[in-house]
Amino acid sequence: MITRRKLLMLLPAAAIAWEYVVAGTPEISPNYSRPEHWWGMLVDIDKCIGCGNCVRACAAENGVPEGYFRTWVERYHVAGWQQETPQVDSPNGGKNGFPPSKAAGGKNFFVPKMCNHCEDSPCTQVCPVGATFRSVDGVVLVDEKYCLGCRYCIQACPYGCRFLHPVKHTAEKCSLCYHRITKGLTTACCESCPTGARQLADLKNPKDPIHEYLKTHSVQVLKPHLATGAKVYYHDLDGSVR
Amino acid sequence: MPVDGFMYPNEIELQWSVLIVVYPFVTGLVAGAFILASLERIFHVEAVKPTYRLALLTALSFLLVAPLPLQLHLGHPERSLEMYLTPHKTSAMAMFGFVYLWYLMAVMLLEIWLDYRHEIVLFSQSTTGWKRLLYRTLTLGSSNISKGSLRVDDRVGWVVTLIGIPSAFLLHGYVGFIFGSVKANPWWSSPLMPVVFIFSAMVSGISIVMLIYMAAMKLRRQPIDMRCVDTIAQYLLYTFIIDFALEMLDLIHRIYEADESFRSLDFMLHTQLFFSQVVLQIVLGTVIPILTIGFIQIFDVPEKLRRIAYVVCGCLTIVGIFAMRWNVVIGGQLFSKSFLGYTTYKLDLISREGELVAAALLILPFIILAVLVKILPPWTESQAGFVPEPSVCELGKEA
Repeated sequence: MITRRKLLMLLPAAAIAWEYVVAGTPEISPNYSRPEHWWGMLVDIDKCIGCGNCVRACAAENGVPEGYFRTWVERYHVAGWQQETPQVDSPNGGKNGFPPSKAAGGKNFFVPKMCNHCEDSPCTQVCPVGATFRSVDGVVLVDEKYCLGCRYCIQACPYGCRFLHPVKHTAEKCSLCYHRITKGLTTACCESCPTGARQLADLKNPKDPIHEYLKTHSVQVLKPHLATGAKVYYHDLDGSVR
Repeated sequence: MPVDGFMYPNEIELQWSVLIVVYPFVTGLVAGAFILASLERIFHVEAVKPTYRLALLTALSFLLVAPLPLQLHLGHPERSLEMYLTPHKTSAMAMFGFVYLWYLMAVMLLEIWLDYRHEIVLFSQSTTGWKRLLYRTLTLGSSNISKGSLRVDDRVGWVVTLIGIPSAFLLHGYVGFIFGSVKANPWWSSPLMPVVFIFSAMVSGISIVMLIYMAAMKLRRQPIDMRCVDTIAQYLLYTFIIDFALEMLDLIHRIYEADESFRSLDFMLHTQLFFSQVVLQIVLGTVIPILTIGFIQIFDVPEKLRRIAYVVCGCLTIVGIFAMRWNVVIGGQLFSKSFLGYTTYKLDLISREGELVAAALLILPFIILAVLVKILPPWTESQAGFVPEPSVCELGKEA
């Protein structure tokens, strides 16, 4: 029989349990162990053809609102020695591909961009409530049920990867398709890339080909001087890329 | 939205609006007004005594409004309490709530209460009806106004003010740190930012109290204590010189170092920010007030002219400091972090973060101040026309 005393003792426990019920339970991935992974990505600039498949796939997979981007593609035109003033365009984030370039001479190339899932991410550092955080497996995520919508993280991201969701009013960004990679799948952008310019990389998995690639190729991260510990590695990144 | 050059696609929309301009502007006025009040209390600058209480009430009025622009700006204002309940320790912004509460509860309210307790008790005995109830509530049950008790009030008040000075620096220095610590943004990222914010806060706070004091005297048809206003103007000049020197140091450093962001920032300064930065902030809001008040210090200027000069300089200073906050907050978002393009900020008239709301938030502290002045007159007893009944006074002394 439940006495008044017992009921009073049960109430705090019930309140805690209720919080979890309301929050919902995470999707079950029985074979996935977070501490065994450390996710990043490899982008081969030489392979990117600017088709925009990745942008479209990302938008479809993650319900990205029109006009905002979890990933986008930039087209660079560098004329000769003018490294510091490249001509860059990204019409609609490269979602529909690119019109023919009007710039003559010099070099043209495409640079896919996304959250760099930084190890020392400035965005997670500044979040006043810890709604954005780096998970044990190295993915920077946003808890949309907790985000205040203060936009400090958007200001703190040096790569322009975040935006405020126009309907949810919370910060939004690439989640590295966390709902997919924890089930053993690759990201939507990697899956849809026709040339294999994007490769999901598990840096803790010794069998991942990324290790061999990093040993034998020249790679670079964006804005290395900011020491954010970015984990999106670019092969053959030109010095003009910002 | 017009974009010049290239911006990362998510950057085109500005994230921090005019409300985030209002926020550091308002907290700056709080910190500055409090520091002016402490001049009399801690440093015994007797000349500014007529503004002591007025400065405290001004600081409180603006402090009460300070969190409103942030609250209105949040995507989920209903979650703002989470900052208190589960603060993220590495976030500069997370500490805002605690710094604010500390400043409001432990400094402002306590100091004002201690300073006014004597009058509050007398009012609670001399008034009737709802006023009596209000003042009795404000006594917080402490109606002992014996000499010993008032001496304790004075001593504790002194200690609170002493703690209040670094707290005022903390309040506004922290606001500067919120911007100064964003390494992604070269317009903000500077260790000088908190210091510049503190000194600009002092400049704006001193100016607003000077203006409010002069306006209040005019409204009450009382003579303006020119010794007081002259002294305030002197302090305004000193802080202005430090503030301007710091800002110029920052500017010269940027120009001389000319890092990767320089070309972009320089372009912005010559185009989009030319009016607000060069014209409003530097020329009208800083150089003219410094030169005018400096001139008054050197040459013998008639009283009437000095009064006009102080009003003009005070207004220009306030406009200049608002422009400074604008240039920091809005200016810091007009250029791309790729340094290859620029966007524009369109200020709505009527929206949650529009002009009208910002204007209302800037007017609200004055309404609060008017109410506070009614409840707790900052003037001396004879000035306020308040002469407690002798019997009540005697009662108080006996107690």
